[in-house]
Amino acid sequence: MKKVKREIQHTAFPIKLIIAIIVCFFTFLIATKMGAKETSFADVFNAFFQKGSSPGYSIIRDIRLPREVAVMFVGAALAVSGAIMQGMTRNPLADPGLLGLTSGANAALAFALAMLPSVSTFGIMVACFIGAAAGAGLVFGIGSMQKGGFTPVKLVLAGAAISIFLQAVADAIGLYFKISKNISLWTAGGAIGTTWQQLSIVIPFILIGLLFALLLSRQVTILSLKEDVATGLGQNTRRIRWLLFIVIVILAGAAVSLVGNMAFIGLMIPHIVRAIVGVDYRHIIPMSIFTGAIFMLLADLVGRMIHAPMETPVVSIVAVLGLPFFLFVVRKGGSAFQ
Amino acid sequence: MFRLTANDLTVGYDKVPIIQNLSVTIPDKQITSIIGSNGCGKSTLLKAITRIIPYEDGSVLLDGSQIATMKTKDVAKKMAILPQSPDSASGLTVGELVSYGRFPHQSGLGRLKQADIDVIHWAMEVTAIIGFKHRTVDELSGGQRQRVWIAMALAQETDIILLDEPTTYLDMAHQLDILQLLEQLNKQEGRTIIMVLHDINQAARFSDHLLAMRSGQIIQTGSPGEVLTKEMLRNVYEIDGEIGTDPRTGKPICITYDLIKQKEQHNNEKKIHSAI
Repeated sequence: MKKVKREIQHTAFPIKLIIAIIVCFFTFLIATKMGAKETSFADVFNAFFQKGSSPGYSIIRDIRLPREVAVMFVGAALAVSGAIMQGMTRNPLADPGLLGLTSGANAALAFALAMLPSVSTFGIMVACFIGAAAGAGLVFGIGSMQKGGFTPVKLVLAGAAISIFLQAVADAIGLYFKISKNISLWTAGGAIGTTWQQLSIVIPFILIGLLFALLLSRQVTILSLKEDVATGLGQNTRRIRWLLFIVIVILAGAAVSLVGNMAFIGLMIPHIVRAIVGVDYRHIIPMSIFTGAIFMLLADLVGRMIHAPMETPVVSIVAVLGLPFFLFVVRKGGSAFQ
Repeated sequence: MFRLTANDLTVGYDKVPIIQNLSVTIPDKQITSIIGSNGCGKSTLLKAITRIIPYEDGSVLLDGSQIATMKTKDVAKKMAILPQSPDSASGLTVGELVSYGRFPHQSGLGRLKQADIDVIHWAMEVTAIIGFKHRTVDELSGGQRQRVWIAMALAQETDIILLDEPTTYLDMAHQLDILQLLEQLNKQEGRTIIMVLHDINQAARFSDHLLAMRSGQIIQTGSPGEVLTKEMLRNVYEIDGEIGTDPRTGKPICITYDLIKQKEQHNNEKKIHSAI
C-alpha cells in the first residue's frame, strides 16, 4: 500500500491533473446522458451543437445540462473552500459545512426569501455571501474568545452548535412566514430546477473565487506552516487571511445559492486529493477543483438513479458518505491517507 | 555602523512587560548567542527583533530602517528566521519545503526561475540533505529535519540568520553537527548568525559574541572569555560554577556547578556536623 502510494505521489503533477480533467469531462457526459428519461450520447451531442429544439435533446439542454453544470461548479467551489480552510486553520476537520458558512448562507437565504419574496438570483447570492461571512464569523469569533486558540475538535463543536442554531433560524423563518416549501426547495432539492439564467449570474462568481484560490495557493501552503515561519518568509499573514476569508465566503455562498446547505464535501475532497498529490496547496487546490466536481456529479447522479424516477436528495447521498469519512479523519488524528 | 540594532525596546504579552528598555547591537558577520535562564526573555527578544511579535515601545533598526514600518517581504530578503521546533510541515517533501525559502524573492504566481533552482540546490547541498530531496520532512530524524529548516532559511539568501534554540531535542552528536554547520556558514560565507542557546558551553565554543540576559535585561555582553565567568553564572543562573579552559578549543568552559541554595544548605550541613 505504502509503495503504491509513493508511486502515485511520484507521478508528475501535470499528468495527474490532466487525468482528473479527462475523468471529469467523461463523468459530466455520462451524468448528462443518464437520467429518468432515456437519452443517448447522440442526444447529448446534439444538445451541445444543434440549433433549435427537439424533444430528444431539449430535456438535456434545458433541464439536465444546467443541473450538471451547477453540481460541477458547486462541487469544485465547496472542495476548494474546504481545502483553503484546512490550510489556513491548520485544522484537518475544517469544512464550509461544518464551520457555519453554508448554514449561515442558508439562513440568510431563508431570510431573503421571507423579506423579499420576488428576490432575484443575484439578491439571493448576495444574501448567501453575507450569511456565510456571518456564520464563519460567529464560529471563529467563539474560537478567538478561547485562550490559546482552538483544537480541531473544539472548532467543529462550535461549528456544530452555530450550524444547528442557524438551521433553527432558517426553519423558524420558514414556518413563521409560511415559506418552508420554498426554502426546502433549495435545501433538499439540490440542483433540481437550476436554470441557465441562474447559472449565468452565479458561475462568474465561482470562477473568480476559483481563480483567486489558485493565485493564492502558494500563500496557503506557507500559512499552513507555523505562523512564525510564514512571517519569517515575509508573508503578510493578516492580509492573506482576510483575502482567503473573502475567497471562501464567495465560494461557499455561491454554492449555497445554487444548491442549498451542503456539508462534508469540503472536508472529504482535500483529504482524498492529498493522497494523490501530497500536501502542497499549489497542487491540492487545482486538483480539488476537478475532484470536487467529479464527486458532486457522481453524488447527484446516484441521487437521481437510486430510486428513479424519484429523486433522492443529493445532500443525503453526500452525508451518507461524508459522516463515516469524518469519523475516519477524527480517528486518524487528522492525517487520513498520510 | 551595525546593520541590526534595537533601541529602548519594550516587549510584553498581554500588557505584562517581558523586556523593558533594552538596547542591543548585533555585530555583523559574527556569531552572537543569547544566553540566560528560562523565562528571562531571550526568545522574546529574538521574536521582537524578527517582527514575529510586535514591540510596544522603542525600535528595531535593520539597515537604518524601522523594522515595524518595513514591508515584511523586504525584511525577509535580509533576515531569515528558524523558529523553535517548527515541525509542522507534515507531508511536504524536503525539496518543496526548501523551495519555499525563495518566497520573499518571488512575485506573482511564483514560478521558480533557474537562479532560484540553483540556490535551492546549493542550500540542500551545503546542509547535506540533497539525498533526501524527495522524502517527506516527517520521515526524517530530528537532526535531519533541523537541517532541512536551516536549508530553507539559507535558500532565503539573507545575510542575517536568527535561530531560536536550534539544538533543542537533538542528541549530543547532532547538536554539534548543527552548530558546526552554522559555524561553517559564518566563516565561509560571512553570514551574521544570532541564536538563542541553552547550553552555555556550546555558546562559548561557537560564538564570537555572547549576550547574557536576566529578567528582560541584557546584563553582560562581550566575548566568551569576558562573559562566561563565575560572576555571570551566579547573576544569571544563580549557580556556583567552576570555569576552566577547554583543552581542545581554548575557550572557557563550565566544568561543574551547584545551585547556590543547595550549596548554602551543603555548607550549613557541614557546619552542623562540625558543631557536633
